[in-house]
Amino acid sequence: MNGGGLGYGRRKLTGHVMMAGSLVAACIAVALLFWIIGYVFIKGIHGINLDFFTELPTPVGVEGGGLANAIVGSIIVVGMAALMAVPVGVAAAVYLSEYGRGLFASSVRFVADVLAGVPAIVAGIVAYALVVSRMGRFSAFSGSVALAILMLPIIIRSSEEIFKTVPNTLREASLALGIPRWRTVIKVVLRTASGGLVTGIMLAVARVGGEAAPLLFTAFSNSFWSLRPDQPMATLPVQLFNYAISPYDDWHEKAWAAALVLIFMVLMLNIAAKMYAHRRPGR
Amino acid sequence: MAGSIKRSGKFDIERAFRGGTAALALSVLVLGAIIVYELFSSSGPAFDRFGFGFITSRDWDPVSELYGALPFIWGTFYTSILALVIALPLSLGIAVFLTELAPVWLRGPIGFMVELLAAIPSLVYGLWGLFVLAPIMQEHIQPFLAQYDYLPFFKGYPLGLGIMTASVIVAIMILPTISSISREVMYTVPETQREGGLALGMTRWEVVSKVVIPYSRSGILGGVILGFGRALGETMAVTMVIGNTPQITMSLFDPGYTIASVLANEFAEATEKVHLSVLVELGLILFVISILMNSAAKLLLWRMNRYGSGSGS
Repeated sequence: MNGGGLGYGRRKLTGHVMMAGSLVAACIAVALLFWIIGYVFIKGIHGINLDFFTELPTPVGVEGGGLANAIVGSIIVVGMAALMAVPVGVAAAVYLSEYGRGLFASSVRFVADVLAGVPAIVAGIVAYALVVSRMGRFSAFSGSVALAILMLPIIIRSSEEIFKTVPNTLREASLALGIPRWRTVIKVVLRTASGGLVTGIMLAVARVGGEAAPLLFTAFSNSFWSLRPDQPMATLPVQLFNYAISPYDDWHEKAWAAALVLIFMVLMLNIAAKMYAHRRPGR
Repeated sequence: MAGSIKRSGKFDIERAFRGGTAALALSVLVLGAIIVYELFSSSGPAFDRFGFGFITSRDWDPVSELYGALPFIWGTFYTSILALVIALPLSLGIAVFLTELAPVWLRGPIGFMVELLAAIPSLVYGLWGLFVLAPIMQEHIQPFLAQYDYLPFFKGYPLGLGIMTASVIVAIMILPTISSISREVMYTVPETQREGGLALGMTRWEVVSKVVIPYSRSGILGGVILGFGRALGETMAVTMVIGNTPQITMSLFDPGYTIASVLANEFAEATEKVHLSVLVELGLILFVISILMNSAAKLLLWRMNRYGSGSGS
């Protein structure tokens, strides 16, 4: 290896090949992203029309129809999950960042981290055991419980990170004015961090909004309008799954349209969050 | 007197606020305990009936009450390991590109695009895998690999839907996890280390392979374990492309089944108590494995943080 000019040439060549390899790896990842998004866009755009957003699903072979109930269902199920997970998560994060020291706080952090890696389908099983088996039927509420289990650790970890970025000088200034700690947290820390909090919540919503696994046997599905949380409810991801594995071309087209809607939602939320995160340091 | 009453009033709000947020923080621990309790208690009947033989038995036929977990455990690990084999070199390549090679203005956008791969819902990967990747595999890649059918991996008929397609899809999905963590830890390698290597006459690649990667080894390992944990639990995309056949096979062309996908397929329709309980037990196995993977990864990354930046909490 070391020594003559030939060895150096070979080392240089290896170096160039490997570095070119890293360029290729990055190109593959970016190409995959555009390939997948582009393909979903091209296949899905046909299915996107007014009916898709306003009509109920039609039986096989009947033209037209849409996924209005599934879209509304997704909003309800994810919304209820956020109502459960966001207040608890943000409050827990307040504790961790403002008071959290010692063994208790470390174990909460550790458990939140570990729970963040629980497979989505396991959250569904837990919600099934907790709610569905006790109520005796599938329900939108049980789906929300499953999604809330997934959201909670994400929100805790992202909110704590955001609270940590609030400069200590702001807290000290407020405390020096004689404002008690709890008011400092609400009026200064929470307010300063509010934008970042919203970003974190948006990302958590984007993350669970596309999940079908925990909803398959909790919220289940429904071909009709249903706004009752104690009844099965259609959601966009579950409907997408059912359509995708069906043998009908018409339903496949709807599945692509649903995928386009999902991907659009997820991309918008992610890009908005990214843009916000970019703006923050400048303010 | 009045002053002291007022002071104690203030004190109470302070304490209530602190206690209230602490209680909600406690709810995370409670949630963890509930998950463990529910999984154990609901899988109890299955465990009582089949014991540990459940894990080593390989027959699965709910109609005649034959429940063996081995094909699912095999399928889960086999696809995840293959996914890791595919994803690891690519992820490291991306991380190296982003930390060592790319001009600074390009790092942000490329890094963001790689992370977007993680944001795409599992279902969309499944749909794409089912209608785009599986046909490509069946018509082009698998017939090519079938020439090497003296290897156990490439035996059988190219079906498209099967272990190979599932592994590739999962590899794409865990790529962002491994590459973003590797990138983070590679950033923590002090510039002086790189300069030292360059000053010794190393090529850029030698700096990467002999300085940067060894320096960030344990962090990369943490990312790999995290990615592996994610691969094990991946559900919808795998369910849509793996072919859902409970069998133990080495061939990448054959269909398989994973723990997560049998849960997705059978849970809603499981009416027999035993069947349901068996499925929960499978969920428990998946849960325990993911928890172990995650804890291991967290410990590695925590240690890394502590020694790396010297300011861990």
